[in-house]
Amino acid sequence: MKVPVLALTSGRILRRWPDLLIVLGLVAALSGLTAAVRLGRAYPRPAVDLSAGALPYYATLSLGRMLAAYVLSVGFALAYARVAVSGRWTERVMLPLLDILQSVPILGFFPAVTLVATALFPGSRVGPELAAILLIFTSQAWNLAFAFYGALITIPEDLKEATAVLRLNGWLRFTRLELPFGIIALVFNSIMSWANGWFFLIAAEQFGLGTEAFWLPGLGAYLRAAADAGDVRALGLGLLTLVVVVLLVDQVLWRPLLNWADRFRYEETGGLRPPASPMLTVLRRSALVRQFSRLILTRLFGPVDAAINRLFIRLESRPRPAPRPGHRTPWLLVLGGLGLSLAVGLGLIRAAAHLLALSPADWAELLTGTGASLGRVALALAVTAAWTVPVGVGLGLRRELGSRVLPFIQVAASVPATAFFPAVLLLAVRLPAGIEVSALLLMALASQWYVLFNVVAGALAIPADLLEAAAIFQLRGFSRWRLLLVPGIFAHLVTGLITAAGAAWNATVVAEYISFGGEVYRTAGIGAFITARAEAGDTPGLLAGTLVMAGLVVAIDRVFWRRLYGWAESRFRVE
Amino acid sequence: MAVSLLKADQVSKSFGDGQPVLVLDRITLDLVEGEFVALLGPSGSGKSTLLRIMAGLIEPSSGRVLVRGEPLKGVNPAVSVVFQSFALFPWLTVLENVELGLVARGMPAPEREKRAREMVELIGLRGFESAYPRELSGGMKRRVGFARALAVGPEVLLMDEPFSALDVFTAENLRRELFELWTHRKLPTRAILIVTHNIEEAVSLADRIVILSANPARIRVELPGLPPDLRQVKGPERTGLVDVIYRIMTSPAEEVEAAIAAGLPQVEEAHVYQMLPHVTPGQIAGLVEHLRSRGGREDLYRLAGDLGLEADEILPVVEAADLLDLVEVVEGDVVLTEAGQKFAASDPETRRRVFRRQLLDRVELVRELVAALEASPGRRLVGAVFRARLEQAFSRAEAARQLETAITWARYAGLVGYDPKLDLLFLPAGAARAE
Repeated sequence: MKVPVLALTSGRILRRWPDLLIVLGLVAALSGLTAAVRLGRAYPRPAVDLSAGALPYYATLSLGRMLAAYVLSVGFALAYARVAVSGRWTERVMLPLLDILQSVPILGFFPAVTLVATALFPGSRVGPELAAILLIFTSQAWNLAFAFYGALITIPEDLKEATAVLRLNGWLRFTRLELPFGIIALVFNSIMSWANGWFFLIAAEQFGLGTEAFWLPGLGAYLRAAADAGDVRALGLGLLTLVVVVLLVDQVLWRPLLNWADRFRYEETGGLRPPASPMLTVLRRSALVRQFSRLILTRLFGPVDAAINRLFIRLESRPRPAPRPGHRTPWLLVLGGLGLSLAVGLGLIRAAAHLLALSPADWAELLTGTGASLGRVALALAVTAAWTVPVGVGLGLRRELGSRVLPFIQVAASVPATAFFPAVLLLAVRLPAGIEVSALLLMALASQWYVLFNVVAGALAIPADLLEAAAIFQLRGFSRWRLLLVPGIFAHLVTGLITAAGAAWNATVVAEYISFGGEVYRTAGIGAFITARAEAGDTPGLLAGTLVMAGLVVAIDRVFWRRLYGWAESRFRVE
Repeated sequence: MAVSLLKADQVSKSFGDGQPVLVLDRITLDLVEGEFVALLGPSGSGKSTLLRIMAGLIEPSSGRVLVRGEPLKGVNPAVSVVFQSFALFPWLTVLENVELGLVARGMPAPEREKRAREMVELIGLRGFESAYPRELSGGMKRRVGFARALAVGPEVLLMDEPFSALDVFTAENLRRELFELWTHRKLPTRAILIVTHNIEEAVSLADRIVILSANPARIRVELPGLPPDLRQVKGPERTGLVDVIYRIMTSPAEEVEAAIAAGLPQVEEAHVYQMLPHVTPGQIAGLVEHLRSRGGREDLYRLAGDLGLEADEILPVVEAADLLDLVEVVEGDVVLTEAGQKFAASDPETRRRVFRRQLLDRVELVRELVAALEASPGRRLVGAVFRARLEQAFSRAEAARQLETAITWARYAGLVGYDPKLDLLFLPAGAARAE
């Protein structure tokens, strides 16, 4: 289901440690700069109406933010991936950057978005709204950018050559080749990104540092307020609303999109057909809609497309000025470089100062917490793998069953793990050490679907002739698993686990620290550390936690996952 | 002579950074106007790489590509490529695929659609305009590829194993259609280069066959193709040529000459041409008239003196008249034949008729010219086709002169017409064979 970007990037750019370190330095500098921001005043916390009647209003607001963030994410993903593949240099910088951004926990973006909220639109609601949208964006965009990048670098060589021989300009290349080719990857990953957005909605509608926090009315704020008030009924109602909205969006948006995107399939591969979409069927059958879309296509898009095309033809046919002999110093570039270096240096100094300000006790707490979280992530993945491998293989091998069951699983996957909050909360509150169990559960819930979908895809990709051969040689039970099924799905399983690990790390900030009814339930962990520091307005602690997590996730990825993947690829590759 | 449209000039290519592997070794290949050339080589010999270099998709490591004599930079604007895999855009309809290259040239929509529809019609895709590639069979997809490549009217069409992804029957069918469109000059392109590993395919299509060796690819030998009318027929000539090429390709480099020597005579036997002396019909008429005034018989040396010619100047004229059976040489004397008597005594129109009859009876090349023209539904053919054929028996320069002479004679006889600017032979309106 997911484009295995790893397969394409592991041997490519991402192995370069120096690039990665440079980019990590840039990120540290940037966060050092923004973390220095002080808001100066507390923002009033709006009263949240916990009655059921307020829910549609809140849900609409949240949905609006989600949509805005999603549109922004798609635009970003298209532009980022396109620029990244346009040159060797851009690829070397932008890919590691994306890798690191993906592993920064959402709370790590608080200082930056707070800066946006206060600096750009001081005193107005536009600022916080924009900031909330940006936060949701941070939970959606990276995945999409990776997906589109993965699609761009897998465009078959012959299509690229045809594009060159037909002399397609940049606009035609993007609209006729790259975008259509990437649509399927974009749509599939949109569904994941969208679910991820819901997962972090609570964090996105209440952000800031310590008492200097913004509250925005919405479903996330409602859930948060209900939890703070210890109102289980309101919490349940809020989550029910969330589930209804999720299901509605699935029917109205994703299913039609999935079906529509199927026409952009490049090859007839043995994937499962997308689930039927009643909505799309209705739309397609409606003469009104047909007329309308035809009108829009011919009257609006046609001329716009033609105009942009003419523009590109003119631009690209203009002869490029020959590069001048190098005795002219581009002063603007030098100045810009100087300014940038200055800012980076300043940011690094700030970041270093913050990190130095932390006491040894803080560091000890952070590092032991990191160890505990590492154990939790590993356990969550093990639990996930234990049930997804048999189920995923079963679904993948029985196509009939798979085609019928998968749509339901897709819907289930689009419900954010936070919807299980009440059950999780009850565990956390009632059981001794309940927070341990609930943290593990939330992390597993947040990450399991990535593994399941990849295992299903892996099982689907096992060649039919190998399965037939296994049947003829009477391979059964354990030896069938050992000789055929596990090797067949292994690379896909690793891809799923890598994504799941990222999701589990990100989920620690929600899972390890729960406040309910005015009480805080927490366990030792890096997520709990980061959340606590953000709530307390402790910028140095937040910065340290964020950098440690991002650094650790990327390092584990390099040292462990990619090697494992490379090994699996070379060992189990089925041609 | 015909213009060079596209030329690979001493092109070499190596791949890899550490220890570069040489794939192409100083290859020179010239495509001239009106030519259909096949590049034949074993799989993995770098033929496709050469094609991509000529298309400007890959840079050569050394050497250069010339487009009408100008060095090529970037993607070659004068070519279109038909790719081995179909390389169609699955989300665009047939018509949209065909139009794509025209869109990129900024052609306005109505004109673009008209051109694309014409091409769809020509390539036999009518009724499939709004189908998507996935709904088409392999053969139809291939047609879309042809239509898309030809819609932009490229000077040169490059084809990379265009029929190898198709089943035998479909491939054969398409090949024939393509060949017919080409020989009838219906394709909007001036030269075609096909890359293939299929010997039969090369023989059945090409005017000229260039055989590559592998590791690295070098040009082993260039062979002229069969005359057009023999290419599509599974006759002994075709089998013979296929055989020769097969022997060349399966033998090590040093045996090439031997293979040709062993193989080509078979082919040559089928195509032994007389050597036409390069004289004009007027010179022949002069000789015949003079002979008649001398009573129909004269000593060769006296004749030369009478006509004010040196011996080596009179000889070709006598040879030509002899060839046409207007005179014969008996013991050093030149004697008028019956046909010669008739020719000399007649009015211009009858003379022409006699000459025509003698030509058709006596000169194989002229007979072939006329037959080929009559067989081609468009009743027109490029001269290059015949030159290529003649090059089997003559040197390149001599082949050109042979054809020139044959054309001069046939024109005088009213058998063919010729447009030297286009190098185009045609049957003149109302042309009639003797009888």
